[in-house]
Amino acid sequence: MTAFAVPSNLAVSENGFLFVPTSGETFTLNKLGISIFKLMQKGADTEEIIDALLEEYDIDKTTLEKDFTDFVNQLKHHNLIEEK
Amino acid sequence: MKVAVTGLNNIDSPGPGVPVIRGLKDSGKFDGTIIGLVYDSLEPGMYMDNVSDRNYLIPYPSSGLEELYSRIEYVNEKEGIDVLIPTLDSELYSFTKLAPRLAEIGIKTFLPTTENLNMRAKDKLFDFCQAHDIKAPKNILASSVQDLYKISSEFNYPVAVKGIFYDAYICNNFDEAKTAFHKISHKWGLPIIIQEFIKGEEYNICALGDGTGETIGAVAMKKLYITDNGKGWAGISLKDDPLMKLSDKIISALKWKSGTELEFVKEKSSNQYYLLEINPRFPAWVYLSVAAGQNLPYALLELAQGKKVEKFENYEVGKIFIRYSWDLITDVSKFEEIAVKGELVNKPE
Repeated sequence: MTAFAVPSNLAVSENGFLFVPTSGETFTLNKLGISIFKLMQKGADTEEIIDALLEEYDIDKTTLEKDFTDFVNQLKHHNLIEEK
Repeated sequence: MKVAVTGLNNIDSPGPGVPVIRGLKDSGKFDGTIIGLVYDSLEPGMYMDNVSDRNYLIPYPSSGLEELYSRIEYVNEKEGIDVLIPTLDSELYSFTKLAPRLAEIGIKTFLPTTENLNMRAKDKLFDFCQAHDIKAPKNILASSVQDLYKISSEFNYPVAVKGIFYDAYICNNFDEAKTAFHKISHKWGLPIIIQEFIKGEEYNICALGDGTGETIGAVAMKKLYITDNGKGWAGISLKDDPLMKLSDKIISALKWKSGTELEFVKEKSSNQYYLLEINPRFPAWVYLSVAAGQNLPYALLELAQGKKVEKFENYEVGKIFIRYSWDLITDVSKFEEIAVKGELVNKPE
């Protein structure tokens, strides 16, 4: 299963605010985004993240997997993560 | 200690004078007098509280060196200026040429040489970059509208059309380039620089070189809010090591002596930095460097006095500046003082 490398200088606040110190870019993550990003920072892989979110949120697995893939693509597009 | 500063034009495209003075005062070590040197009776900085103590109108650079020197000599006789900090692009050639004569009458400066100014001029920048293996957009120097026909054979639209000192327009076709050419040449003269447009995010660095090739300090910033005429109205400090190394390399190659603003664009497709401009003075956002932990204006003042200045090693990222406009109310008598006598005293000696 895919794991993710998050640059060590990136941190997300409790409000979901993310500041990239090397580019000055800022992003706002929603509640689900915060949960995913924090799990990625802890080194969780795709399966562990999906399992954790299914426990935390009332959502079916198919919808969650689709949303997760979309979110990962956005993070990669903005160079916020790399797939290990 | 009396320090004369120009660029008190805190208008929609602000001069760096007020933030430079703010930096000096914020150092906690400056206990001197600020002499404002202004080109216009309505430069806001001289009407602001706690900025300049006394102000003098000086002639525009186009009036010639002798007229400028004679006015500075007069101000010096009245005030006894220790250090003069010019902050505007258009006056730097004059002050650089006058620097030895100013030194003779006791006025210290910390300025680049004329040769240095020429090396980084907009019409020479591409050659400088090629000589030092620095990426820069290609350019064409246009002295007439005929030269604009070269654009389509050299590179694609859009292009940036720039004046030799000020003004820049992004043009998407020949007609727009022609309009920009006329607008800029009418105001700032020739040549006009036509620069290849590199798609990406812009990053700026405010830095201070000591003249031996060393960077005393450098702070990077990304504009967060840009006005209709392209001026940064808010920005955030950031730090990207490749960008900072590139800045050091440029200052070292030029042996830059003074404040500077380096403008880059990070090309979206390659993630490479391209150097767009080297401005020969501090930017109007220089106070962000002070807020981030590098008081570059005060360091320049110390260097001008021949003091040894330690290199700044770090600064805080995530500091934001946001400009605002404010209707300052003053009395006509103040305007009268500067308009009629050419002098405005905020704080008598």
